[in-house]
Parts: sequence; structure tokens; C-alpha cells
Amino acid sequence: MRWRKLFHRSQGDADLLQEIRLHLEEEIEENVGRGMAPGEARRKAYLKFGSSQRVRETLWQQNSLVFAESIFRDLKYASRSLTRTPGFTLMAVLVMALGIGANAAMFTVVRSVLFKPLPYKDPARLVALYQHDPSAKDQDNYVAAGNFTDWSEHSHSLESMAMVTPWAAYDFSEAGGSHPEKIDAAWCSWNMFSILGVPAAYGRVFNAQDDRPDASATVILSWGFWKRRLGGDPSIIGRSIFLRGLPYTVIGIMPASFDYPEKQDQVWTPAHHEGSAHLLQSRDDHEYKVIARLKPGITLRQAVSELDAIEKRIKQEYPGLPVEPGVSGRPLLDDLVGDYKTPLYMLLAATTCVLLIACLNVANLLVARTAARRREVAIRSALGASRWRALREQLTESFLLATAGGAFGVGLAYAAITWIAHAQQNMVRVDSIGVDTPALLFVTGVTLASGLLAGIIPALATGKERNLVALQESSRSQSGGRNRARLRKALLAIEVGLTVVLLVTAGLLLKSYNRLRAVDMGCATRNVLTLQFTLPGPPNRRVAFLSQLIERVRALPGAKAAGLVTAAPGAGWWEDTPVTVVEHPPAAKGDVLDPIARSADPDYFRAMQIPLLRGRAFSETDRLQNANVAILSKRAAEEFFAGEDPIGKHLKITQEPDAPPLEIIGIVGDTRFHITEDVWPMMYQPVYRGSFGQTTVMVRSDHEVETLARPMQQIISNMDPGLALGEALTMQQIIDRSVSSASFHSRFILLFATIALISAMAGLYGVVAYLVTQRTNEIGIRMALGAQRSEVLRIMLIDGLWPAWIGLALGLAGAACTMQLVRKMLYDVQPLDWTVFAAVTVVLSLVAALACLIPAWQASRFAPMEALRME
Amino acid sequence: MLLSHRSSTGDLVTAVRKHANSELLKGTLDMMILRTLITGDAHGHTIAKVIERTSEDVLEVEEGSLYPALHRLEDRRWVSSYWGTSENNRKAKFYRLTAAGRKQLSFETSRWRQMARAIALVMGEKMQAEGGE
Repeated sequence: MRWRKLFHRSQGDADLLQEIRLHLEEEIEENVGRGMAPGEARRKAYLKFGSSQRVRETLWQQNSLVFAESIFRDLKYASRSLTRTPGFTLMAVLVMALGIGANAAMFTVVRSVLFKPLPYKDPARLVALYQHDPSAKDQDNYVAAGNFTDWSEHSHSLESMAMVTPWAAYDFSEAGGSHPEKIDAAWCSWNMFSILGVPAAYGRVFNAQDDRPDASATVILSWGFWKRRLGGDPSIIGRSIFLRGLPYTVIGIMPASFDYPEKQDQVWTPAHHEGSAHLLQSRDDHEYKVIARLKPGITLRQAVSELDAIEKRIKQEYPGLPVEPGVSGRPLLDDLVGDYKTPLYMLLAATTCVLLIACLNVANLLVARTAARRREVAIRSALGASRWRALREQLTESFLLATAGGAFGVGLAYAAITWIAHAQQNMVRVDSIGVDTPALLFVTGVTLASGLLAGIIPALATGKERNLVALQESSRSQSGGRNRARLRKALLAIEVGLTVVLLVTAGLLLKSYNRLRAVDMGCATRNVLTLQFTLPGPPNRRVAFLSQLIERVRALPGAKAAGLVTAAPGAGWWEDTPVTVVEHPPAAKGDVLDPIARSADPDYFRAMQIPLLRGRAFSETDRLQNANVAILSKRAAEEFFAGEDPIGKHLKITQEPDAPPLEIIGIVGDTRFHITEDVWPMMYQPVYRGSFGQTTVMVRSDHEVETLARPMQQIISNMDPGLALGEALTMQQIIDRSVSSASFHSRFILLFATIALISAMAGLYGVVAYLVTQRTNEIGIRMALGAQRSEVLRIMLIDGLWPAWIGLALGLAGAACTMQLVRKMLYDVQPLDWTVFAAVTVVLSLVAALACLIPAWQASRFAPMEALRME
Repeated sequence: MLLSHRSSTGDLVTAVRKHANSELLKGTLDMMILRTLITGDAHGHTIAKVIERTSEDVLEVEEGSLYPALHRLEDRRWVSSYWGTSENNRKAKFYRLTAAGRKQLSFETSRWRQMARAIALVMGEKMQAEGGE
């Protein structure tokens, strides 16, 4: 009935017409029957019936939903009044869209990365375990294999425990050694897959028999590697592939979604088959991540305290070794995403700030609008329009703005998520990021909440007003306007405050980023190209290869200098070698010297412009058995030989008890192993000792060093076509990669801070302009009484700047309180860096003054008589 | 205070046009329509004629109110409608009183009686309610 009629109103109308026609015809006939002339009869009948159109309209309306139609009318009304101020509307929608979009995108990222359960079986019971030393700088350390064995033998609170290296790599080649490639890999206990509860897509995962030193070599492939290098052919199972020249039987292929422990891992091999006997028994070589599955009903704390007791026993057993005195553990999810928490939460907070600012902006706009319509609203309510009605109109406007913003926002969020997933390829769990139902619900929720927030502030403020007051008041009188202006000023102060917090964050991150970029690596970084590879084979073959290689590289046209080193500065830790000083008494228990180990050729320091501070560099004669010499970095010399002359002293490598000690022949300047990390002691040995397989050839040029990449690769593949080469990277690229997330975060926040600044300033401008129109009359009187233009300018400026100043103070205080939270993300910058706070103060004051100056200046230009007549 | 007049669109029934001095209360038309239908199904024109004639031409039904009223009664399921042919062999929409309509009619009638009696008492005149059954 009613609903049917609503949707079939046209049909109903046709029926009605028929009814009316019948009525008229009957009436005419009756009139004729009474003896009227046909024309007269007709006229009378129509006259009596009156307007058939009105009947139709009445019924049409009767069959409609009054509520729905009035909402529709509200919408029409709101959109009309919004289009009347297209500039501000566009701005409001844009800012709203940015706020909602960015917020939704960050929400999606945070939820996907930090909160979505890991795609493993019963992930809540998975934990990561570390050796723990509360007194050390990095409290949690990777686990030594010997300790792992003890843990797994003696603990009862864990269902099972697995160890996995995060760093292994292989040279992969196709049969015959063609198409070599360096691939990342993980050595893992056989039960890692079953602990995670992920079966192989094809074939099987490891079993205990595979994971023994005497087992035959087996390998499990990642989905991506299998597709990319082996054509995605399942018949590879049971066949062999070649890793560092040796055959490994492929027993399984993992599904595409599996990427533990690292995204870039291409293959998995059994830890006990791959690790050397020394490594597997070691108590001081911390190489393994340990993951475990808790027994049902056991808490992480219980498990950790049990392992802690075991670890303390080990510590007692080996007092002289660097064994941490405790164990720590955390849920596997935390372990994976822990580093991302601070930046992601910060970005989410920043986007929320932008959204809040957007809401305040819209609220501000609506306050101004209600001010203009004050009399109209008062008259209407005097005529019986309900307060709800007025409120509804305002809410409709703000909802309309929010919805438009939300609609654009969804698109923006989608683009942002796609972009983040693309730009942050290295971020953990980046594949799990996607727009899903909760994300869409969130956008809807945020949109509605924004609309409500923006609409309710001005609406509540209007509610209190007395109609009579509004009616009596002239439209431009001061008192009511003051009230409203106060609300606008308060909104503005909050807006400015939020902007200041964002600006300070951006300032700190930018400063930190610039500090990072400016960090002295300790060597040449411009026009330096690096290429890394792993040389197999006995020392003499390595030496022959390297000396031939470096000669050819030096001969390349454009190459100014070249050198060989294990790993380029900034390219990572790679290796360390515990040593003792022969001339020193045995060190205190557990106190070992652990420098980063590097090999270098005689020309490396000169080529890379690393200063030789004392002694001599390596010579061509420091070769093979005659290479028992070492060079220390400045930091190593200071730490190992405080107050002594290291030259001529000897170092003993603890892991090579039978090798002769190394004589220290020189001291060179410090280089950093990673740009964001502190300088660490470094020890160099001659590359022609032949003991290092890992080698990087570095070449320096005057310009466009990238052009040397191809020729260099050519030289190496001519010498050994089976050698897998790493990526040819310039030093600048290595540095950029290390600081890419810092760059990403600081730019992101800077973008938001700028948006916030612009919208806050637009708000400020709006308020001052509004104040000026409110006070036109007053200004006219003042001027008529002799006030100077400069005086008027000053009054209006100060009036407008007040909220900015209050907001600035609020924002600075807020920033001072919250910046501790981003401390982790700052490099060499204090959270309360006064220069940043000062700079923000200056920038904000200037921009605010500019925003106020324009309308204030206009006010001071009024002709007094005109201003008075404005009433 | 200004005169406050709520709801302007809701007044779909202007009731029966003022004729002579009678102003009829809202809802009275509905009651009369229902009463008319007791004697049998009818289309709009008949209903209007019957009301006019039985009131001895005092009440003149304004068509502008009649049809919306009929449709409203139908919405409330007090009458049902169907298409048939009129006495003059024209296609016409006939209305029929439903059971619910009958109930409503008796309710409205008793309320009307009370009202008429009350008004008569106030006026202090001995007025006979028409059509006393």
C-alpha cells in the first residue's frame, strides 16, 4: 500500500485522473438531466470540482515519505548554499578528503602490518627468543647455536623450538654454472616450518633426517624463486640445483605467501647441514634467531623464566665467554613489526591531526555561515520551525562536505595504499596491506564522525540563542558576533596548535634526516661504485683472481682509483672477529674485543680516501702465509690500546687458535658500517691473505661512475662466467637506501604539516575577515572620532593574531610533551631541539601575520563615512 | 510573540466547505464517507451526492478534499477499491467498506455523539442529535 504507492506514484496519478474524469462526466450528465445547456452543464461541473491539479498534488504528496523528501530538500538546500561559496567549499572538501584519505590509508597500513594475525597456524602461541643482557647497549642478542641446543633439550614449556639465520646467502647457478646469481637464503632447523604450521605447496618440508651434518644436501625453494629461475615446473622436486657449485636436492616449494624470516629469502636449507661444527657448538657466535611455539596454557613469561634459568646455568659453565646472563622473548608478531610501531603510529597520529584540522576548518566555515543566516534562522524559528530543523540543516551541510571528502578520500586512500605498498617494498608484511571491509567501514565511520563533529560544534553554539535577541539585533551589531567570533577563535587556536605539533615533528624529522645525510662516512662517497661477489676456492686461487681483477679494473678508462674490501662502508656489518691482544694480560672474564673484520688490498685506503693516520698500509708482499699483519681503525686503536702505541703489537684471533698472531702495522681513519649506526672498531687484514670469500670491488671516478658498472661486470664475467655478482651500487645509493625510511617519514610529515599550515592560515584569514565585517561600524566610529589608520590596523591585527598566539603556545607545549614519543626515530637530534621549536615559532608567526594582515589592512582603508553607513 | 502556526502541509482535509454556518471538524468527512458506504459500494461522485442530499444540501463536499480522503481511508485499510462500471456504463473506481472500516465507523460515530451532546449542553439549547438510532 503506502510503499507500493510511493514507488508507483505515476500509476496512481493516472488512476486518479480517470477517477476525476468520471466524476466530472457524471456531474455534467446530472446537470444536463436538470435541463442545463451542455456548455453550461460542463462549466458548472468544472467550477464545482475546482482545481483537479490541486487534488493530484495533494495526493502525490500524501503518498510520499515526508521525512525522505525533507532530507532531500535539505540536501538540495545545503548543496546550493555550498556552491554559493565554491572556493571555501572546494578547500573544505579537499582538506577533508586529504584528512579522511590519509587517515584511512594509515589505518589500513597500521591494522594490516601491526595487528592482523600472522598467516601461520595459531599465531598467538608463536614467540621469538633472544639472549638478553640488561647492561648492554643492544640488550637482545641473537642466539648462539650451542645455547640453542641446551635450551631445546632442557626446556619443558615449549612445544618445539627452531633456529634460523637471518643472513645466509648462496651463489646459485644453473647446470654448467651458467646464469649465476647471488641469492638470499635462510638456514633453518627442520621444524621451523612445522612450528609456523605452513606446509609446502609442492613436495614436503624438512624432516629431522635432513637436518643433520651427515645428511645429503637438500633445499626448499620459495615460490618466487621457483617461478623466476626454474620456470615454475613442479617436476623440479627430487632434482638438484647448484648452490655455490654443489648439488642440492629440491624437496619442496613453499607457497607464495610464505616469507619467513626475511622477505628476500629465496631458498631454505637445513641449519645443521649447512653450519660448521664449530658454529653449531659455539657459545659466543651469536648467529641465530630462535622461534618457538608455546605449549597450550603456558604464558610467554613462564617460558622465558624457565629458559632464563637454563641460560644462567650456561653462563656459570662458561664464565670466560660472552654469554648473555638472561633470556628475553616476545610474541612473534611484535618481533617482526616492532621496528615499525613508532613510525606507523606517528604517521597515523599525524593523519589524525590533519583530519581534526579538516573538521575544525569545516566547523569554522559553518559558524561563519550560521552567523550570516542568523536572522533568517530566528525568523523561521519564530514562525514555528523547530530547533531540530535548524540543527538538521547544519548537520546536512557538514555531512555533505564530509561525504564529498570521504568519497574523494576513499580514492585517495586507495592510491596512497598502493603507493605505500610500492614505495616501502622493504617494509615487513607489506603484502598483507590491502583495502578490505574493515578499512571501508573505517572510512565510513570516520566520514560520519567528521561530519558530525564539524556540524555539531556550530550547531550547539547556535542552539542557545534567543530568537528575540537575534531578531532585535541588527545584523552587524557587535554583541552576538563577539560570541560567535570567540567560538571561531577557539576553534582556530586548536587548529593552530595541532599545526604546530605537526610542524615541530616535521622539523625534527627533517633535521634528523639532514644530519643523517651529512654523516661523515669516513671515506669518499661521490662517484664511487661498488660491486660485491663471493669468491669460492682455496686462498691462492682467490689471490690470483683478485690481483688480476683489480689490475683490469684500474685500467678501465675513467677509473681514477680502485680498491678491494670485504664490504663497502655503509653496506652493513658482515663479519666480526673476536680477538685478544697478545701483549696484554688475559682480559677480564667475558670481556672480549670484537672488531668488525674487513679485508683490504694495499691501495684500498688511498683509493677510498681513508686517511692513514700512523704506520703503513698493506703492501703487495703481504700475501698468503706472509700476511699476518693487521691495520686498525682509529676507534679500534683507542678502545683496544688506551694510551699505548698499537703499532708493533699483536692480535690473536680467538677462533683460529693455531694461526700465528697478527702484527699491527698501521692505523687508519674510521669508516661506518652503517650510516645510522655508531662508529664501531674495525680491523683490516690483507685481502691477499685469501681467507675472505666475500669481496667488494670499489672504483672511484671523476664523473658518472655509473657508466663503469657494465665494463666492470664484463671484466668479472670474462674471468669467471660462473661467478654471481651482487647489484652494482654507488656509495650514494647505499647511503640513500639506508636513509630511505627516514626520508620517507620526514617528507610524509612535512607534507601533512604544510597542508595543516595552509588550512589553519585559511581559517585565520577567514576569521579576521569576518571580524572586520563584524566591526565595520565600530571601526567607522573610531575613525570618525579620530583613530589613525595604523591604530585600526593594529587593533584588527592583534584581534586576529591572538588565537594564533594561543594556538602557538598550546602547540609548542603539546609538542614538548609528545616529541619524546618519536625519540627513537631521531638521529643525533634531541626531541626538544630548540632550533626547531624556534624555527616553527618564526614560520608560524610570519604566516599568521600575513594571513591577518590582508583583511586588517583592508579594514584600515575604510572610509569612515561609508563604514558608518554600512548599517 | 508572533502567531505560531504549526504544520502547513499536513492539512490535507479542509473538510467540508463552509456552507451556511457549519464548520465541520477535521475527520468528520472521513466519518461521513464511511457512513455512506454502509449502504453499499459506491464511487466518488455517488458518495459526494449522497452526502449532499442526505444533509439536505447543507453540506457541499469539495472534491479537492474528497479524493485525498478516499485514498487516505484506503491507505488505512478502512475501505478497499476496485474498478467497475458506473450506472452510466463508465469505468469507475468503486469503494467498499472493510471490516476494519466498519469498526472505525462505529467508533467515530459514538465519539461524534458524545461531542455533539457536549456542545449542545454547553450551548444550553435543546438540540436533537440527528439520526438518533
